[in-house]
Amino acid sequence: MKIKTGWMVAVLMTCAGSAFAAGSPGGVSVDEIVRKANHMALYQGEDGRGRVEMVITDRQGRTCKRVFAMLRKDDGEGDRDQRYYVLFHEPADVRRTVFMVHKHAAPGKDDDRWLYLPGLDLVKRIASSDKRTSFVGSDFLYEDISGRSVTEDRHELLRTTDRHYVVKNVPKQPHTVEFAYYLAYVDRKSFMPVKMEFFKKADRLYRVIEVERLENVAAREKGRAVGYPTVMKTVARDLDTGSRTEMVFSAVGYNSGLKDDLFSERYLRKPPREAVR
Amino acid sequence: MRMTRFIRPLSFMVAAVIAFSACAYAEADTDRPWLDRFEAELHGYGELRSGFRTRNDPHEKELSVMEARLQLELSVSDPWFDFKYKGDAWADGITERGEYDTRELWFFARPANFLDMKLGRQILTWGTGDLVFLNDLFPKDWRSFFIGRDSEYLKAPSDALKLGIFTEYVNLDLVYTPRFDADRFISGEYVSFWNGGLNRRSGRDAILSAAEPDRWFRSYELAARLFRNIGGYELAAYAYRGYWKTPSGRTTAGTATFPRLNVFGASARGAVGAGITNIECAWYQSVDNESGRNPLANNSEMRYLAGYAWEIARDFNASMQYYVEQTLKYGAYRELHGGAPVRDRFRHVITLQLTKLMMNQNLKLSLSGYYSPSDNDAYLRPHVQYKYSDRVTLEAGANVFAGECSQTFFAQFNDNTNIYTAVRYSF
Repeated sequence: MKIKTGWMVAVLMTCAGSAFAAGSPGGVSVDEIVRKANHMALYQGEDGRGRVEMVITDRQGRTCKRVFAMLRKDDGEGDRDQRYYVLFHEPADVRRTVFMVHKHAAPGKDDDRWLYLPGLDLVKRIASSDKRTSFVGSDFLYEDISGRSVTEDRHELLRTTDRHYVVKNVPKQPHTVEFAYYLAYVDRKSFMPVKMEFFKKADRLYRVIEVERLENVAAREKGRAVGYPTVMKTVARDLDTGSRTEMVFSAVGYNSGLKDDLFSERYLRKPPREAVR
Repeated sequence: MRMTRFIRPLSFMVAAVIAFSACAYAEADTDRPWLDRFEAELHGYGELRSGFRTRNDPHEKELSVMEARLQLELSVSDPWFDFKYKGDAWADGITERGEYDTRELWFFARPANFLDMKLGRQILTWGTGDLVFLNDLFPKDWRSFFIGRDSEYLKAPSDALKLGIFTEYVNLDLVYTPRFDADRFISGEYVSFWNGGLNRRSGRDAILSAAEPDRWFRSYELAARLFRNIGGYELAAYAYRGYWKTPSGRTTAGTATFPRLNVFGASARGAVGAGITNIECAWYQSVDNESGRNPLANNSEMRYLAGYAWEIARDFNASMQYYVEQTLKYGAYRELHGGAPVRDRFRHVITLQLTKLMMNQNLKLSLSGYYSPSDNDAYLRPHVQYKYSDRVTLEAGANVFAGECSQTFFAQFNDNTNIYTAVRYSF
């Protein structure tokens, strides 16, 4: 495995970061659906933490496993910049490797990314403009996990079913991505995106990401007890290669008061207890 | 290797910290058994690695590397401190001995919010270069690098105390090494080289022994880094007081020595366009030869580095760097060497790294290259690594040296050109 450049799993607590904006058939506007879904997928609470187990199964049934801890903190209000910290526990050859991202929401501003290699005590800065690269060799791309920026696609509410808003997303810059469009199924009650289907030209479905378990995680927000709907298990399937990746979350917590400096070089070299446990 | 040097005082410290921890625990009111407070983890790997020279080297074995290695890593953490041990034991077919090396043996503590302390044997790295080091004066292991050991072994451990002081405006790292830790320099044992003392290439026939400054607390090294991050740009200033890390002088009797050295430098790193740029410079003040007229120590130097790293295509990354070493007081140096100096005033080196990942990132192809237009020599490191499973990794690679003049930096290693292969089981 290589902790490739590029994006990071903002998987934190959710996968499916879909994107959206504009249009409005009866009831809720597409804008509203998109904004809320983006919030649910990526921005619940001021900070979050969790442990992630990924199992990648190829067409022949061979499996690889990745285990990592992830910390997330939002910069201010308004669902914009975020900081992420990922500490790898497995496989053994990348143990204690850290991947850190300062995500910038402003269009055209690249994220800042670092990699820490413990064997060399080396803090590396990572260049990556391509967010549609596999995350650690799995079927998740950096971007499906971190959330694709809401401004990168045109959005259209295709239909509303009993349970879902089905939003079609067409990239504004088709040459930068490998899909022609994708459909996001947004749960009408929670506004959590629970399924995404990626299509090539001629409506050929080739990738599916689906949430298999959603749970309410108890947390405190400004002194009140709240429950955040949280993705606890999600699966990505590549229909072309026959490969699938299961991602299971545990030990999820919100609003534990993570400090800003936890997402700095100091903690790359010495992982915080919040991530080690 | 110098394993015993730090182990005794450290063992004492282990005992002391555990005793302290036990006392602290006894005072705290808790029901958990005492030992439960420690979280311990044991990991490591076993590895077979072999390689041979592709050219006939009259001074070395045909084998370039041949070893069966076991690495064990034990980490213990507790609310008060962290402890880590990492050691390698291997049967070495080149030295025909069993070898052992403690790579890490340290305690970490955070006695105050603004202060980190790490004491013991540790690997230390800073600076912005990609396999080029200017302000990083921590020990390197060029032997391991040139014979094709894992790149992790390029860094040799330091026996040191590292303090990190963190404030809102700026951070400071201080590293105190009470007794000089030299590079594991090219001595001829594993890799043959141009031996200036003999005025010819030499290897196992004449292993270079050098007189290291070795007095505790007198022959110390002190390294400092002042750093902060401004808007995504990492800025740093560095200072070092110690010795040249490889033999860079000699006594009047001809013994290789490590003359005194001070280094002052600065670096910056950050995003430019779609990639990452790094720049770094350093002034190497050769304290024993500031005039340039002392034939027994290296001249002072200026070193400059500028680099750019970017993603060429999906899972395909590149970095290029331009590195310059400038000999100061060059006129005096030239006079000393009677108009036939070994070094040019400027040594230019271009480095290139390419890394391509394939097959779900399980296959990694990489090429590192160094080319010096001024020395007209080069060093190439092609490498293939395949992750057969989460535990088993296979690799193959080569170290290729090229150049005409047998005295230039890379060309002196010409006969050491080698290919190698390895299999590793991690746990």
